[in-house]
Amino acid sequence: MRYAETGFNLEIDLSRGNIERVASDPMETELYLGGLGTNAKIMWDRVPPEVEAFSPDNLLIFAAGLLCGTPAPGCNRTIVTTISPQTKLLAFSMMGGFWAPELKYAGYDKIILSGKSPDLVYLWINNDTVELRDASHLQGKGAIETEKLIQQELNEPKAQVLSIGLAGENKVYFASIEQGRSSASRGGIGAVMGDKGVKAIAVRGTGDINIAQAEEFLGMCNEVLEYIKVRDAKPIPGVMPILAGLGSPQEMKTHDEKWHTESFMWGNSRHRRKGFWTEEVEKEWTETLENARKRLISCYNCPMKCGATISIEGLPTYMMKCFSKLTYTMAAMSNLDFGLKIAQRATEYGVDAFSTPQVMAFALELYENDILSDEDMKGMPESNDEKFFWLLDRIVRREGIGDALANGTYWAAKEIGKGAEDYAHNNIKKHEQMPLKLSMLNPIYFLMYCTGEKINITQIEGQFPQMPFPTREEREEFVKDWHQVPDEKFKQYFLDWELRGENSFPYYPTVQMCCDIVDWQEKMHYIDDALGMCAGLSSFPLKPPYHIHNFPKLISWGAGIEMDEAKLSKAAKRYRTLVRAINISRGMRRKDDKPPANHWKKRFPELEKELLDTYYKFKGWNRESIPTKESLQDLGLDYVSDDFQNRGIYSDSNDTLPDETSENNGKNKVEEVKNEG
Amino acid sequence: MKGKKRKIKTINIDVDKCVGCMACEVICSAFHSSPKYSSNNPARSRIRVIRDPIADIYVPVYAGEYAVAECAGRDKYIIDGKEYDECAFCRASCPSRDLFKEPDSGLPLKCDMCESDPAQEIPLCVKWCLNEALIYEEREEEIEEEVKQEDLEIGLEALANKYGLNNIKDVIERLSESKKG
Repeated sequence: MRYAETGFNLEIDLSRGNIERVASDPMETELYLGGLGTNAKIMWDRVPPEVEAFSPDNLLIFAAGLLCGTPAPGCNRTIVTTISPQTKLLAFSMMGGFWAPELKYAGYDKIILSGKSPDLVYLWINNDTVELRDASHLQGKGAIETEKLIQQELNEPKAQVLSIGLAGENKVYFASIEQGRSSASRGGIGAVMGDKGVKAIAVRGTGDINIAQAEEFLGMCNEVLEYIKVRDAKPIPGVMPILAGLGSPQEMKTHDEKWHTESFMWGNSRHRRKGFWTEEVEKEWTETLENARKRLISCYNCPMKCGATISIEGLPTYMMKCFSKLTYTMAAMSNLDFGLKIAQRATEYGVDAFSTPQVMAFALELYENDILSDEDMKGMPESNDEKFFWLLDRIVRREGIGDALANGTYWAAKEIGKGAEDYAHNNIKKHEQMPLKLSMLNPIYFLMYCTGEKINITQIEGQFPQMPFPTREEREEFVKDWHQVPDEKFKQYFLDWELRGENSFPYYPTVQMCCDIVDWQEKMHYIDDALGMCAGLSSFPLKPPYHIHNFPKLISWGAGIEMDEAKLSKAAKRYRTLVRAINISRGMRRKDDKPPANHWKKRFPELEKELLDTYYKFKGWNRESIPTKESLQDLGLDYVSDDFQNRGIYSDSNDTLPDETSENNGKNKVEEVKNEG
Repeated sequence: MKGKKRKIKTINIDVDKCVGCMACEVICSAFHSSPKYSSNNPARSRIRVIRDPIADIYVPVYAGEYAVAECAGRDKYIIDGKEYDECAFCRASCPSRDLFKEPDSGLPLKCDMCESDPAQEIPLCVKWCLNEALIYEEREEEIEEEVKQEDLEIGLEALANKYGLNNIKDVIERLSESKKG
């Protein structure tokens, strides 16, 4: 019997309309766990580097994490994996919500889509009955609208539906996949779904998920719930309120937005607005949110309330979470009322709430600087807010200038030319980043920005405080109940870390300490991504209920795989290395491992070089960031090193991508602040 | 016959506090699996959350009695402008819907307040509802047996009025004959 997982994947060839239920190999689970881990293995095996995002040979994999569908609180993530049209690298965006457990109950761990459907279809999985159904009547429909229409048409209100909107259908490079209150947004995976001709996947399951050691597993679930209560009653003092508790940042609950509005950048990640958060603004925005927010809501089997139902008079209801609350508002230099209104339309269109506002602000900046002409912007309304609605409509329909913009700032700038590249200044590996511009180099974040392969800072940071605490007493207090550390040395790193003086940025934490800290933070995210665990209860917040000491037991008791910390760490390292290997085979190298040139004002080239050199070595990668033969063999990834050998990847270490991100030396002026995202 | 007491167990359901996570379904189905917690399948749960997020509808409903026949008519509740599904508040396992039936056998399910072996201190759905949408309450009530007798008489009188006393007598006689046989 298989525990926690079902042991079956659905293989769907869209070109031929062929559907198969295929048993998976339990040995692969032991080596790569599940979720992202086994997705990466499938991508390596079946999608060679010659295959582009919009090729029928690209796969689009929807995986329920290893422990999804068990009673483990907060374990509900769907991990979507494919090749990104924007970065041309592996994209593995994820979402919470309700879809992944339902897939498990229907009897599957993954859905693997290949080929392309000649006509727009949707997939309906009802336990053993799986069919591709005509979706021509859903063409152009909003993502949330589609969900409802499919539930009605199937007469299955309990079916969980994920879908794309117009943006996905039109292959916008930052199109998302939406699912009720959640979305998998980064990397343009919605565009790949649109390219494959799949509008939605509806699933309904009424089967069992088995637990290997039931009493023990349940005991740990109860401990987790108890600890959530403890943390809820005891927020961490001295950090931003949204970082003091558990869950993803509690944006739907919080009214105080002083930190975001005064520390993060407005417009095209350009302007810092000190003193913005006045009493008047606070009153107006509080009222806006109070009126619009109908209820705080959770994902499947999780007590946190990170999302909200948003209902604005005259507009259809939608659901929102996290920082999408402010991204549109800040890009447009507008107010919260505008932000919540445009987010409604953006959610139906199905677009990423990080990239989209930035692309629109970028377009307006180009227009203000005469790079885009009146002809390009013909028909654009006068009012600032209306301009953004207008741009959003153009982008998702790929109309006029919207066609170039729909490929994101990096590719749009290339197409537009005339110096537009200087305005696409906030990208890493061609992907739009959190709007942050800071002063002093933060060596920990430097490594995370450079090497994080989800190419998104919130998906690697978390376990270690972002900033030192001012006094030793506060630091001592913090480490007292910090049992999540993998090793006692991390407590010392933190205790000795000062705001000023010798033990402060950029030379403290030392290079070696930075490697340890980054590796720990990254490892926890990768474990989550295989298990389907929400980062909000695990890798993202300080002092979470799930950590490196209880995960091995949870996996042993849940999935029946013998596990300890060393074995788990090695498994995570194995598929993390495989993710890098896939990207290396696609041409990614050291030159691509860099933050936006203007992210920090005070840079230290020698230190940065040492950080990367040391971290690569620590990870078992060579100077070009290619995993070495020895480290691959140690992880049992001999097939990767053989492939690298055959392709001449080791000998050709100067291999470059044809489209290297520009250095942005020109118009990078921004003001700087202190905190990270 | 006064003074006899019995324990009334109530779960207070505050629909405004429900966040729609369905943890109640998870723990219920896990607890009632055999061996305990060995599997999880909300389709076997004895509590289900009637859920329509866009309409802001969240109603946890407990499995009650088995009903052989569906109701002759249906009700539709509209509360605070929110239109609830027909049968939304009904606890019955009944032919009109697939709720509260074992998915394989179709046998009806019924909430036992987690009294099955080992009996839990409080129903586990309540324990797992950290948002306090489900609150457990116990109270003692006096039972007055005479009142029960009165109930029977009132009931019979109503039947007699409807079907005629002689008919009722005949039916009772027939029933007692068949019981003997």
